[in-house]
Amino acid sequence: MGPLTLPTLVGALVPLAGEGHTYQTPGVRDFRYFCQAREAGELGPNDPGNVAGCTFGVDWLNKPFWQAVIGAALVIVLWWLAARKLSLVPGRGQFFWEYVYSFVRNGIARDILGPEYRRYLPYLLGLFSFLLVNNWFGEFFLFMLPTFSNIGYAWILAIMSFVIYIGAGIRTHGVGGYLRRSLIPEGVPVYLWPIIIPLEFLSNFITRPLTLALRLFANMFAGHLVVMVFVVGGAFLLTYPGNAFYNISGAVSILFSFAILFLELFIGLLQAYIFTVLTAQYIHSSVAESH
Amino acid sequence: MEITGSINMIGYALATLGPAIGVAWIFASVINGTARQPEARSAMLSTAFIGFAVVEALAIIGIALAFVL
Repeated sequence: MGPLTLPTLVGALVPLAGEGHTYQTPGVRDFRYFCQAREAGELGPNDPGNVAGCTFGVDWLNKPFWQAVIGAALVIVLWWLAARKLSLVPGRGQFFWEYVYSFVRNGIARDILGPEYRRYLPYLLGLFSFLLVNNWFGEFFLFMLPTFSNIGYAWILAIMSFVIYIGAGIRTHGVGGYLRRSLIPEGVPVYLWPIIIPLEFLSNFITRPLTLALRLFANMFAGHLVVMVFVVGGAFLLTYPGNAFYNISGAVSILFSFAILFLELFIGLLQAYIFTVLTAQYIHSSVAESH
Repeated sequence: MEITGSINMIGYALATLGPAIGVAWIFASVINGTARQPEARSAMLSTAFIGFAVVEALAIIGIALAFVL
């Protein structure tokens, strides 16, 4: 090892800008966790995405999968612990959990769904906590990846919400009544039906689940990618040999990535909230008396 | 100097302008409304978030198409 300067020290800690290692922009490839490279040349032999990408040699038993499992277990255990010893005069812990609970119950479910909110409250609360935990995995040590930056997990949640709001509508109005209510807005004259019915179908049954999933995925993916650009690019510049200007901008870039991480915490909360609010809104629009 | 990449991203950058203005307008209206009637803030905010999600759908569809096409 040469003279102990800052770049060599950091270079020893962050094995990034070694000899012959050129800068590779972070991209979609960094979100893939396969056992081996799928397409020739897509992943190099030393690519981080190629090492420990999966467990037990099964492609889908990968990092997002375990995060989803841990997230679900965490939500169940935390709510179980929170609801175990309830007292009339809440302590500090109970006060916190009641605050979270009433945020979903009063702020989302009761406000939007009206008096019948109790039937859908368990799903909404579970959805909100699961989303929040999984989104915040993107900022927590050991995980550092939002689960929903992998689009499959977002699809499943959107499909679940889709089935629930359609089921709620069919349960309330019957199949025919629900279809009529959701496809034909009240007061539309008959000669406009050929235009309105396809549009409403597109909006209610295709765009809604599509945007639910894509919104969550795109926000998590893009946010994580921005953090990665600042961290990886910053580390590369910081360890760039013989250019003090690059090193200083690298340090600034890494410091700035902390600010982005805090923004990501907020975005994770916001996306969990929006997903839950929209699910409640869609349920409301399918059980409502008049469309 | 060689620059590689997809020009779709420039298109997507242009496509974000519309949703950006829309979202900005929504929250500007909430700020305005809060200034006029502070007690109506929570009611306005929950509506605003639904509107925000609907407007943002355009940007979401944009990013999906930017990657797909």
